Amino acid sequence: MNLNFLDFEQPIAELEAKIEELKLVGSEGGVNISDEIARLQKKSTKLTESIFSSLTPWQISRLSRHPQRPYTLDYIQRIFDHFHELHGDRMFGDDHAIVGGLARLGARSVVVVGHQKGRDTNEKVFRNFGMPRPEGYRKALRLMRMAEKFAMPVVALIDTPGAYPGVGAEERGQSEAIARNLFVMAELSIPVVAVVIGEGGSGGALAIGVSDRLLMLEFATYSVISPEGCASILWKSADKAADAAEAMGMTSKKLHQLGLIDEIISEPLGGAHRNPEAMSEILKSAVVRNLDILCSKPVEELLEQRQSRLMQYGNYTTG
Amino acid sequence: MNWFEKILPPKIKSGAGSGKRGVPEGLWTKCPDCGAVLYRAELERGQAVCPKCDQHMRISAKARLTHFLDDDDWEEIASDLKPVDTLKFKDRRRYKDRLNEAQKATGQTDALITVRGTIERRPLVVAAFEFEFMGGSMGSVVGERFVQGVDRCIDEGIPFVCFSASGGARMQEALVSLMQMAKTSTALTRLSRRRLPYISVLTDPTMGGVSASLAMLGDVIVAEPKALIGFAGPRVIEQTVRETLPEGFQRAEFLLEHGAIDMIVRRHEMRGTIHSLLTTLMPEWKAAPPEPAGGE
Repeated sequence: MNLNFLDFEQPIAELEAKIEELKLVGSEGGVNISDEIARLQKKSTKLTESIFSSLTPWQISRLSRHPQRPYTLDYIQRIFDHFHELHGDRMFGDDHAIVGGLARLGARSVVVVGHQKGRDTNEKVFRNFGMPRPEGYRKALRLMRMAEKFAMPVVALIDTPGAYPGVGAEERGQSEAIARNLFVMAELSIPVVAVVIGEGGSGGALAIGVSDRLLMLEFATYSVISPEGCASILWKSADKAADAAEAMGMTSKKLHQLGLIDEIISEPLGGAHRNPEAMSEILKSAVVRNLDILCSKPVEELLEQRQSRLMQYGNYTTG
Repeated sequence: MNWFEKILPPKIKSGAGSGKRGVPEGLWTKCPDCGAVLYRAELERGQAVCPKCDQHMRISAKARLTHFLDDDDWEEIASDLKPVDTLKFKDRRRYKDRLNEAQKATGQTDALITVRGTIERRPLVVAAFEFEFMGGSMGSVVGERFVQGVDRCIDEGIPFVCFSASGGARMQEALVSLMQMAKTSTALTRLSRRRLPYISVLTDPTMGGVSASLAMLGDVIVAEPKALIGFAGPRVIEQTVRETLPEGFQRAEFLLEHGAIDMIVRRHEMRGTIHSLLTTLMPEWKAAPPEPAGGE
């Protein structure tokens, strides 16, 4: 069992391993087996297509936190130029679960902020599993204020299980830090494009996600609580996470149907982790395209549209 | 369990399902904190504060507003809004059934009441969370009632007060409920631009998405004694950090000590204190014009 593949990806993993093996044999033995390799590759593509065309919300939820999925810094490195990471909230510390800084995106200067997860164990701990503390949100806010000062748009990349539930985080005002960001981002006088690139975990995600355009990668998720959390509260059992994922409608497709997100960004076959280069290209063009539209609007219009959109969220009846 | 608790019928012991810190049903009731036996009618007259130990028990939104506002001149805002189950959400039970049950139990259509009223004849809008309605959870109706209350303040140039009591966002409305955090915060941005005061009162409990949006955005943040206030629930934190939490963690006194709130105000002094704060913040805050005398 290949740990870099999820259970439903295993058939693909097996085929890919076979192809690798054949390639090795081919290069060593001088035997021409390219036809066989091509055949297997075609088969692998077909298999991937068929598996990925009928994923359940729970499978998508697990894809959104796939161990191989590209994280914020993977995208920053591929999409932006001249990235200068800026650190610290100027009050308490530097939160490694949120990264941010100045960068060039095509012909524009932008501020980019995003949640950052770690890949190996040490890095995971260093990044606190992508769960920010108040100083992370305050750093993000500081950078967004700077963006406003220098009239640069903000690109926010969302990928977090949620805000960190810890003693220190509570002592330093986790609630206030999140609330303050929502309050300020609603009136930030520059365009903000937010993209859920992986896991959109609740208030911890929204705290950098109030935006003019909300985009989602195809296999990203966005929800009010994790499926496990929802299951353990409402079903009284974390084992019902699959049911919770289904019930909450947390996939890009469902959220687009509900009118809660603006755009779904397609992922390469097999998901972003199978081809980070291609994914970065697609993501870049989507962000640039949206910024082109937003940057051409007068600030008053931008704010008016952002705020009326925020005010429209909700379903109820009258009478 | 002492001898007295043993002879009490289970209905009284458990608080008749009205939440362990709420006011239990029945003629006589027991303070959940000090255990004093109290005459229920008298407790209600005393705003559900234990006369023996000063425990501030949970009270309904209606009772809260009744004690806080002048007794006439009430106008409920957006009371015609009703929740809908867009997702057809079903866990062990249907969201629809939970709504029906909560509506029957509380007599409210959702977890927030917003009223345009007066204190000492001065006009304001007050919103109060009904914790007994699905844990005071914030869904679409709560968000919209809050926003319409704020809008009314902007229209009339009057201040806004909100009494929070909530476990957070309403999971059964999924991402839409999360978006209510952004929605209510945006309304407060607009109120703030107009330089109209917003006083946020945190009562037991104020947690999760409500705490991390509208509750923490007051110009002045007031809390009731010993109210539980925080982002993550104590059990979640305990499971994450795997250690017992410090004494008094996430209580109002703890937040005051850490600089998160401005003051702790006892329920009996709430009306007077907020009136005084608002007259100080808004000296020009005028009494509503007197009703024209009848018959002329």
